[in-house]
Amino acid sequence: MGEEKLTLKDLAAKPDLLAPGHRMCAGCVSASVARMVMKATRGPTIVATATGCLEVATTILPYTAWRVPWIHNAFENVAATASGIESALKAMKRRGALKYEHVDIIAFGGDGGTYDIGFQALSGILERGHDLLYVLYDNEAYMNTGIQRSGGTPYCAWTTTSPAGKVIPGKPQWKKPIAHIVVEHRAAYVATASPAYPLDLIKKVRRGLEAEGPAFLHVIAPCTRGWRFPTNMGIKLARLAVQTCLFPLWEAWWEDGHPVYKLSGPSEAIARRPEMKKPVEEYLKPQGRFAHLFKPERKEELLRRIQEGIDREWSLLLKRAGFA
Amino acid sequence: MSIKISEMAGWREIPVAGVAYRPSTESKTGDWRSFRPIVNEEKCTGCALCHFFCPDGAISLVNEKAKVDYDFCKGCGICAEECPVKAIEMVPER
Ligand code: SF4
Ligand code: SF4
Repeated sequence: MGEEKLTLKDLAAKPDLLAPGHRMCAGCVSASVARMVMKATRGPTIVATATGCLEVATTILPYTAWRVPWIHNAFENVAATASGIESALKAMKRRGALKYEHVDIIAFGGDGGTYDIGFQALSGILERGHDLLYVLYDNEAYMNTGIQRSGGTPYCAWTTTSPAGKVIPGKPQWKKPIAHIVVEHRAAYVATASPAYPLDLIKKVRRGLEAEGPAFLHVIAPCTRGWRFPTNMGIKLARLAVQTCLFPLWEAWWEDGHPVYKLSGPSEAIARRPEMKKPVEEYLKPQGRFAHLFKPERKEELLRRIQEGIDREWSLLLKRAGFA
Repeated sequence: MSIKISEMAGWREIPVAGVAYRPSTESKTGDWRSFRPIVNEEKCTGCALCHFFCPDGAISLVNEKAKVDYDFCKGCGICAEECPVKAIEMVPER
């Protein structure tokens, strides 16, 4: 993978392609993510957005925050819509009807639109090999419709459809390993990113656009309303998710029939110095959706299971990335 | 009653679906704010981190200093929380 000479200073001077005045909540990190993704564009770009917070709140009719050609179709089919755009561009190019040498396509889906409702369409673009970038902004529940659990909601998280109480401890199931599932489709480029590390995120978007074939970027996007934390804490939590190895940063692609996994900066540092890894409690405690794990008394057994789940996934990733 | 497909409207005749045509910048989200970020220019190093973290694109760098656009800043406080040199302070709006 070639290194781009992208710097935060230069990128800061580049005008926003997602304009201010959108109606995402105060402190919404999904909005920060979308802004950063758009900073990474390299030329003419078309954006498609699945139904979700980002779609609804950036295009409250008749207003739009998008300064690029943009389309919303439905909840389940942003990948299919984006693949149609790619095919149309190819056909136009064949006929000499396209005035650009190349047009990039970015599809945005939330966790509901990606893990659950849009999964089939996503799998389809991976199998058909469309040349586009799919960005999953993962706020870990159906936030736009009122905090219902999704396939991306983590174990023990409270949501309105996985209420924590005597019967269940919040969501009883674990989060679906969506990015690894995408890797197994033989995608051209897959990466995870956190908005707490803007340059890493932006470089990965660029690599995803440069990759020939389907690229997938999984971004953690803390949600002040649904995770229940003060509006100023979103970036901090996006950082803690990485520091606790709950959401490690990595890239993957295929070479000679094998997946190549590469840990990114902050996660690679932890792989080399495991003592840097923070306990998951530091990440859970500031979030109201996990409050029942600490109040009225500490749920030691659940906390132990959560930590073990993270340790298990992390050691699996270390193996894949050639550590241990 | 039967309808012949050849007599139905083609895609060229169908009116376009919902088109969002007015810029979001016409709606000033600054009136959501109950706390106001104030940048201390002496302290600000121009690192640009707050510009990237701000969900609302309300911070730009002017002469290498962070400048808040109060028309759009919603007062979330992320910039103040994340500034590495604590150059931003949140003060209550009156
Ligand atoms: S994060 Fe702080 S130091 Fe960096 S540009 Fe913003 S105000 Fe200035
Ligand atoms: S308070 Fe929030 S919206 Fe206002 S400038 Fe700071 S980060 Fe942006």
